[in-house]
Amino acid sequence: MVEWTDEERAAISNIFSKLDYDEIGQKSLSRCLIVYPWTQRYFGGFGNLYNAEAIMNNPMIAKHGTTVLHGLDRALKNMDDIKNTYAELSVLHSEKLHVDPDNFKLLSDCLTIVIAGKMGNAFTPEYQASFQKFLSVVVSALGRQYH
Amino acid sequence: MSLSAKEKVIVKDFFAKVSSRSDEIGAEALARLIVVYPQTKSYFAHWKDLSPNGAPVRKHGITVMGGVYEAVSKIDDLAGGLLNLSELHAFVLRVDPVNFKILSHCIMVVLSMLFAEEFTPQIHVAVDKFLALVALALSEKYR
Repeated sequence: MVEWTDEERAAISNIFSKLDYDEIGQKSLSRCLIVYPWTQRYFGGFGNLYNAEAIMNNPMIAKHGTTVLHGLDRALKNMDDIKNTYAELSVLHSEKLHVDPDNFKLLSDCLTIVIAGKMGNAFTPEYQASFQKFLSVVVSALGRQYH
Repeated sequence: MSLSAKEKVIVKDFFAKVSSRSDEIGAEALARLIVVYPQTKSYFAHWKDLSPNGAPVRKHGITVMGGVYEAVSKIDDLAGGLLNLSELHAFVLRVDPVNFKILSHCIMVVLSMLFAEEFTPQIHVAVDKFLALVALALSEKYR
């Protein structure tokens, strides 16, 4: 089981409490598709992804960004058992979506960079450490049911 | 993977634009490296003061950022232009190349924090590629 200090819990809770899911979700997912274009392979049915501008203005991507970000709420509410909380989503990503688990890390890196941009100096090194630890636990849980 | 002519211009222009704060970027990136990835402190065990806001860490961050700017000026031939730095990292420092990736990530987090408007996805991808190529050039002489 992952151990969380009070500071880490506070940092993560603080970051999420201020989050605009629509804004950050859209920005993170579109950034991931632009910075790591091979991730577009999972979005064949999402319309125009032809260039950065198209991706950034794509409403289906925006909506999906919000969905993905809300997926993190589960971990937020169950920080002491993230592993089991994501068992079902892990199966989904493996069996139905066939997403290479390496991609989870790419998206988390983009999310970190978008949040850093939004929070500025409030995103202290300690906040970054807590947030990245949180994301890495989620990423690990999402990859667990792959076989 | 290589930089297109357009990407080289993007990288040069962006780093020129943020150059007035390059010391701050370097110091902050290195401070974050050792806080977020404590295993990296193993390379600095010889320093008395390993606090992220202490003088040795901030000074070294400035040095490292200076190296990044040198790479920008040699963007057309990174392997050739960074030969000395490559030999330093290969034979003297022997920094495991995995750390180049995590330092690049820390640099980009700081760029995003300080220049949120300017660090667009298009610039992000060019800078990410550039830093990856710098890392590759630095590992040229490793084996």
